[in-house]
Order: sequence, then structure tokens, then C-alpha cells
Amino acid sequence: MTPRLWILAASLFLVVSLVVGALVGPVHIGLADAVQSAVARIPFLHVRSPLSPTDDAILWDIRVPRVVVGALVGAMLATAGASYQGVFRNPLADPYLLGVAAGAGLGATLAVVYLRGVDFQNTLPPAAFAGGAVAVVAAYAIGRSAGAGPGGATLVLAGVTVAAFFTAVQTFVQQQHSDTIQEVYSWILGRLPSSGWRDVIILLPYAAVAITGILLHRRLLDVLSVGDEEAASLGVHVGHVRLAVVVCATVGTAAAVAVSGLIGFVGIIVPHAIRLVAGPSYRLLLPLSVLVGAGFLVLADVIARTALSPAELPIGVVTAFFGAPFFAIVLRTSRRMASS
Amino acid sequence: MSRLLLGVLAALLVVLVVASGSPAATPPHRIVSLSPTATETLFAIGAGKQVIAVDDQSDYPKQAPHTSLSSFNPNVEAIAGYRPDLVVVYYDPNGLTGTLRKLGIRVLVQDAPKNFNGVYAQMLALGRVTGHLAEATRLVASMKSRIGALVSKGAPRARGLTVYHELGPDLYSATSSTFIGRVYSLFGLKNIADAADAGGTGYPKLSPEYVVSESPDIVVLADIRCCAQTARTVAARPGWSRVAAVRTGTIVRIDDSIASRWGPRIVQFVRAVAAALAHLRT
Repeated sequence: MTPRLWILAASLFLVVSLVVGALVGPVHIGLADAVQSAVARIPFLHVRSPLSPTDDAILWDIRVPRVVVGALVGAMLATAGASYQGVFRNPLADPYLLGVAAGAGLGATLAVVYLRGVDFQNTLPPAAFAGGAVAVVAAYAIGRSAGAGPGGATLVLAGVTVAAFFTAVQTFVQQQHSDTIQEVYSWILGRLPSSGWRDVIILLPYAAVAITGILLHRRLLDVLSVGDEEAASLGVHVGHVRLAVVVCATVGTAAAVAVSGLIGFVGIIVPHAIRLVAGPSYRLLLPLSVLVGAGFLVLADVIARTALSPAELPIGVVTAFFGAPFFAIVLRTSRRMASS
Repeated sequence: MSRLLLGVLAALLVVLVVASGSPAATPPHRIVSLSPTATETLFAIGAGKQVIAVDDQSDYPKQAPHTSLSSFNPNVEAIAGYRPDLVVVYYDPNGLTGTLRKLGIRVLVQDAPKNFNGVYAQMLALGRVTGHLAEATRLVASMKSRIGALVSKGAPRARGLTVYHELGPDLYSATSSTFIGRVYSLFGLKNIADAADAGGTGYPKLSPEYVVSESPDIVVLADIRCCAQTARTVAARPGWSRVAAVRTGTIVRIDDSIASRWGPRIVQFVRAVAAALAHLRT
């Protein structure tokens, strides 16, 4: 398939996912009614929504914003994962590699524990974002002071170190305040928020800037994949590219984590599944990660919302439970095709 | 040197055996409560003087001997350090009770009961063990009569009404199979969480779409302390302005710890529900 066809197929996948996401949920809303109520939202057409005010609110104030947040988070995590794997030339790199998750976890825990009596739905996202940012800056400072290693290996080790430390502090604080376990645990398992359009507005600018920044570097990431020295001999400033991509991916990931908690696995399986079927070139991989990551998380959330309906599953459970076998199948079939 | 050490150890062992062999007939007077519910009951039945330490979550009554002992992640040495003759726990992490019993300490496990009979049975058991059976019997009788009066007045008003009990703003709720849910069953209220508990945990996490579409007549917030939820924050949630309880202003705020403990203050919880029904039907 040509790159253009791949993009087209991935776009189609995303559109189908969005439609499924908007139509499937614990409350049944038919396609025709949903479309008509969408048309009714356009001013000056004077079309009346066929939905009851309650169903209308469920569709437009709860479900659709949640689908949009899911798409943004999925796109962000998959793209960040793909670009981390690129700049560190490490197939196991995921968006949480440099300690974002551990830092955000600590920030979230501190917000829940020490801002008790405040509605933490408001205080948790900024605290998680700040914690994630502090952790990555610390990892970067440690990695830098130790000197640059090949392929950013020092930075990765610094990230692992910082993550371990922040996790320890988070667990300690948590143990001291066992009464807050449920709130923190719920966030750590990952859940798409149902707080309406507010989270879309919070996340959109970060995701847009971060994804655009990463996509602008997609050709340079291809050059980087041949090795630091080779890339340098081709006139690429390896350190600058790595820093720019890491900053974009990290800021975007921190924002995604702040609103949705720790949703695992998306940043690893989506880019690798794409590599296996469409090839390793970042010029194609990155835009495909945006589209497929968005669609994948929206579908995962449909399962989270409906599998135990009217109860909910944590979305992090869904991404790993369905993502892992799916990835195993892609791995098997693509290797078999390559060897035959 | 090693012989000396051995001697000391042997002496300690003898002391331990002697201490644990003391007759169980005398009521315990060095009670450690690692259960906030048991703490409330012990003080309500007049056994408060026998309590020497309560865990960090036991915040009621005020005069209880508060410590930093953790019931969630208990430290056996710290507990044993109080030289208790009875330890009351509501769950048994990491084989805590086994270890305490090995040290010769009596342990009473009182986990969350499924219904009111379980609530009363635990109170009577505490009374029996501490030598305050008469007070415990009186407490149970008084609770039964007060709850009975509230229910007989409220139940006719509850006909056909639905309730949603909120444990956290993530929409964790409690079904009728929990003692929390039994409060609503007493009145004959329909609990919207019941349909969502396929896993049978009793505490499902509800989908926001579902809560809004069910439009419960009564919303009970048991997350006012932890999470600062109010009638205003609930009304501001997307889609919730259409929920019946929000429109009629039937949003009950109940202290998180009262609504999550199965102690004497459960009467206050029942009274709050009865008051909401009176508000709705007058």
C-alpha cells in the first residue's frame, strides 16, 4: 500500500471509532436520532432534536466530550510512544519512560491527600501535570550531569531512577493516608473523565502543539534511526532533535496523564503494530500513530463503558487486556508473512 | 555470650507464656481497636475506659486514645508494644490476626456486615467480650426502636422512589448487598446501583450516563469530607441538571465516616434519609 492509502485507511478507522464511540453506551441512542440531534445543534436550521432533554445531555455533555478526550489522549500517548522509541532507538520505550507517570502519580496523590476538603476533580490535573514535569526535568538534569551516552541511554537510566524514587515517595504518602486509597487508585488505573467539555479544552492546546511539534520532526527521526554518528555526519544536530522531540512528547503526555490517569500499553502497542504492518519509517509511522492511537483508545473506552454496563471498567485494564492479545496476533502474522 | 542470649530469650518466652496464660474470664482492660466502627461501639457501650489505643482512622468519639497505629498497613510490633489483651480489627492483612494470636493476644475480627442483624450481632459480641453485655443489649434495643420509628414513618413516602448513594465523585456506589444499601432497603427505596453489580463486589463504579438516565429521586453524597462534594458541585456536573434529585433539591449530605461505618451512628444516617423523604413528600 502507498503511504497515502495507509493514511486514508487509518483516517477511516478513526472516523468509524468516533461514530461507534458516540453511539454505543449504557444508554441506547440510535444513529438516526443522534444525527438529527447533531443537525439540531446547528443554528438557523430550526431542526428539532428527537431526543429527550436527558438523552440529549447524555449524548452531548457526557458521551461526545468523553470520546473526544479519549481520541486526544490516545493520539498523544501513541505519538509520544513512537517518538520516544525513535529518539532513544529503544523498542521498549513508552511515554512514561522518563518518569512522567511516577511524577504525575506523586502530584495526584499529594493533591488528593493534602488538599482534602477541596474538590480534587479541579486540583488533581494541575498537580499531576506539575509532578510529571518536575520528574522529567529531574531526570533530564541527572542524565545531563552524567554526560551523554549513546542513543540517550544515560537519560533513560536517569528516568528509571527518578521514576523509582517518585514511586517510593508516592507509595509512602499513600500508606500514611490509607483513607485516600480509593481516589488515588482510581486515577492510577486510568479513566477517561466525564466532566464534559472542560477536559477537552484543557487538553486540546497541549496535544495540538505537542503532536504538531513531533510531526515536524518526522523526517529527522528517520535520519536519527541510523545512529547518532551517522546522523551527525549527515548534518543533523542530534542533541537538539532529541531534546525538541522529548520536550514535545513529555509535555503532551503529562497533559494526557493529568486528565486521564495512567493508561498503559497504548504508547507501546499502537506504534509497534503500525511498524509491523506499514513499515518502520517515521514519516508514515507518526501520522498513523496519531490516527490509530486516537481510534484505539476510543474503542477501548467503548469496552470500558459497556462490558459491565451500567458499571464501568478502568480503561487501563481494557487497553492491556485487549491490546496484548491483539499485539501478539499482529506480531505472529507479520513475522510469518516476512519469513514466507 | 550466646548462652546468655539464649537465657534471656528463654526468660522472655516464659514471661510470654505466663502472660498469655492469664485467665480469659476477666474482661480485657487493655483493648487496642484498629476498627473505627468498633471504637465507636466500645465507647457507646461503656467500654471506653478499657481502650488504651485506637488506630489513625478512628476519629470518633473525641476522647478515644488516638494513635498513629495503622489498620490498613498494621505494624505487629507497634500493636504488641501496647501489651493489649484484646485487639479488634475489621480486616486481616498479611496474617495479622495469626501473628497476634501467636503472641497470645486475643483478636476479634469484625468485618463489614451484610445487614442490620450483622451490625447488631457485632455490637453484642463486643459487649459480651468486654463485660458490657447489658449496655450492648440496651444500645441495640434503642437503635432498633429509633430506626423502626424512622422507617415506619418514612417507608410509605418512599414508594416508587429511587436512590443513588455516592462514595466518590468517580461514581463508586453501594448496592443493596452492603450494609449501606440495607439502609435504603429498610425504606423500600430502589437502589440504582443494584443493576450494575455483575461482579458482586457490592461497590460498583457506575457509568455517568447511567446515573443521569436513571435520574434518581434521592442522591446521597457520602463524599463530602474526602472530596468536597455539595449540591452545587453535583448540579454542575455535565448532564446532571436534569436528574430528579437535583431538580427537587433532594441531595443528602452525610459525613463520609458516618455513612461508611456500621456503628451506633448509623441511626443518624437513617435519620438523614428519612428527612430527605419528608422533604420530597411534603
